[in-house]
Amino acid sequence: MTQFIIICVYLALLLILGVVTSRMFKGTAADYFLASRGIGSFLLLMSLFGTTMTAFALVGSTGESFREGIGVYGMMASWSGIVHSACFFLVGIKLWSFGKRFGYTTQIEFFRDRFESDKLGIVLFPILVGLIVPYLLIGVMAAGVTIERSTGGAFPNIFAGHGVGPAAIPAGAIPFWLGSAGICLVVLIYVFFGGVRGTAWANAFQTIVFIVLGIVTFSVISDKLGGAKAATEMVLKDNPHVMRRTVREDDPLTRYHGDQKVYQKKMTAWESKPEDERGPKPDEVHKPEGISPLHFLSYMFIPLSVGMFPHIFQHWLTAKSAKSFKLSVIAHPLLIMLVWVPCVLIGAWATSAVIEGKPVIPYGFSNPNAVLVKMVSTLTSDGLGGLLTAGILAAIMSSLDSQFLCIGSMFTNDIVAHYAGRDRFTDQQKVLCGRVFVVLIVAGTYALAQLRPGSVFTLGVWCFSGFASLFPLVFAAVYWKRATRAGAYACVLTAAACWWWLFAKSGYGAGAQFLFMGMMPVATIVGASTAALILVSLATKPPSAETVERFFPRRK
Amino acid sequence: MRIFVYFLIVLLAIVHQDFWWWDTEKPLIGGVVPIGLAYHALVSLAAAIFWGLAAKYCWPHDLDDDDAITAGNEGAAS
Repeated sequence: MTQFIIICVYLALLLILGVVTSRMFKGTAADYFLASRGIGSFLLLMSLFGTTMTAFALVGSTGESFREGIGVYGMMASWSGIVHSACFFLVGIKLWSFGKRFGYTTQIEFFRDRFESDKLGIVLFPILVGLIVPYLLIGVMAAGVTIERSTGGAFPNIFAGHGVGPAAIPAGAIPFWLGSAGICLVVLIYVFFGGVRGTAWANAFQTIVFIVLGIVTFSVISDKLGGAKAATEMVLKDNPHVMRRTVREDDPLTRYHGDQKVYQKKMTAWESKPEDERGPKPDEVHKPEGISPLHFLSYMFIPLSVGMFPHIFQHWLTAKSAKSFKLSVIAHPLLIMLVWVPCVLIGAWATSAVIEGKPVIPYGFSNPNAVLVKMVSTLTSDGLGGLLTAGILAAIMSSLDSQFLCIGSMFTNDIVAHYAGRDRFTDQQKVLCGRVFVVLIVAGTYALAQLRPGSVFTLGVWCFSGFASLFPLVFAAVYWKRATRAGAYACVLTAAACWWWLFAKSGYGAGAQFLFMGMMPVATIVGASTAALILVSLATKPPSAETVERFFPRRK
Repeated sequence: MRIFVYFLIVLLAIVHQDFWWWDTEKPLIGGVVPIGLAYHALVSLAAAIFWGLAAKYCWPHDLDDDDAITAGNEGAAS
């Protein structure tokens, strides 16, 4: 019940913030979609950081560290620090400038103009929307599951428990359909009334919440484990491989062997049953193998996705001035460090933490993404558990809101206004149209999430890869005069074809650790799309002098 | 200075591949943080400093002119 009350208080605060920010709304389309291009340095930093850091930053970083060790920080966090800031500095400021000069609201408007092709928008639109939808689903589903798992016992007379084993839902828990509906409704309200300004303020609040709670959680957990030094010593004794990126022959691998024992027991029980009574076969235990240097290096391509995320583009355009970007460029790597280092350490400690002779994370615990929540629920109070749940929801919602609004903006501007004629609609009609699309998208995502397509979680990294594969397009668009319309089509189609080919080769996302030539598939796709862009551009007619002068003016 | 700052950032991307700490957890910084993690936290810190230098010495001043442009172009995209 405590956790439920804390979640309710948190959501109520968000709604109040939504109401306050909606009073700043000026009633114009430019204000709804772009906050009248008036967002200053601090809000821009918070909204960019909150949008790029999903729930993965809290629960995923802990889970991956638990599974693979501290090397995940170098693969995911420090690369992101370097590359995200590069995207903000080298691409974001330029796009902001074009947006302000030529009145763009969406990426597709820019690409249509830069590459002198209306149809390029038709090719890009389904790809961009198609890559965002799985993300939305992941967010809504993660929110529903988080609430369901953290509110057990709140309403035992209304909601019955169900399921068995680690996946069991305790009696009284807010069911998935209701929890996810609540989150969708709260996000919908502040996006509907406040537009992008509402999301910027909500993101600022939520980002502060999850940064602070991450640090508090770290401090309390290390205290409960007898101090940070004691927690690290337990790891060095039992599972030292998670503190480096290799596995040695003489490593004790205590967790792996403990997991194996549980697995053998489960297998024996599974095999002893008649075939028609057997449930699903128990999952095999992941054997630590270390991280290869090539695998580690190829992660550098993943954060390039930030350069092509439509929702990040929209946030860039909200900036008040070019100078507003400075704080984001500098502070973004620091904020990543602040969130990731404590979570990665908690994940490593979780492999070996023992209290009163019992492992805090029991052997056979098969869901790495639940490690942080398990650590908190075992080692801390209900109050901190509730606050951490609020922090996880904050991280989820701070990405969801921008994505909902951005798809609404794309439908309104790239489809309805573009094809019906911009002058046909008044500003109020465009705002209404944007709001209607946001409602439809939220409702559609909620309905799809109720089907609970489990495989959607494995699609996350493929979505990132898809956006990263299109990065050469945006980079060439702002820096290479010679990039042509045909080159742009070649880049997009090659990225799509190559992405699909590797996606199929991975068993449609079934292999969570799928590597191609020892690297993340994104490395190959980015290479192919870049080559296609360059070769086809050089072989085709250059853009018109008018376009070159427009996007590459000779400055005084 | 501009070229030097970009050189530093490229250098940071190169030394990100820290094969020299690959197979060791020691030294432990403060007796807690393994060197492989501490080094990459330092990379994040260096990224903030180097991008700060870029914001100072490589800033696209020509784009500052755009600050003066009013939002009069809204909806002008074709």
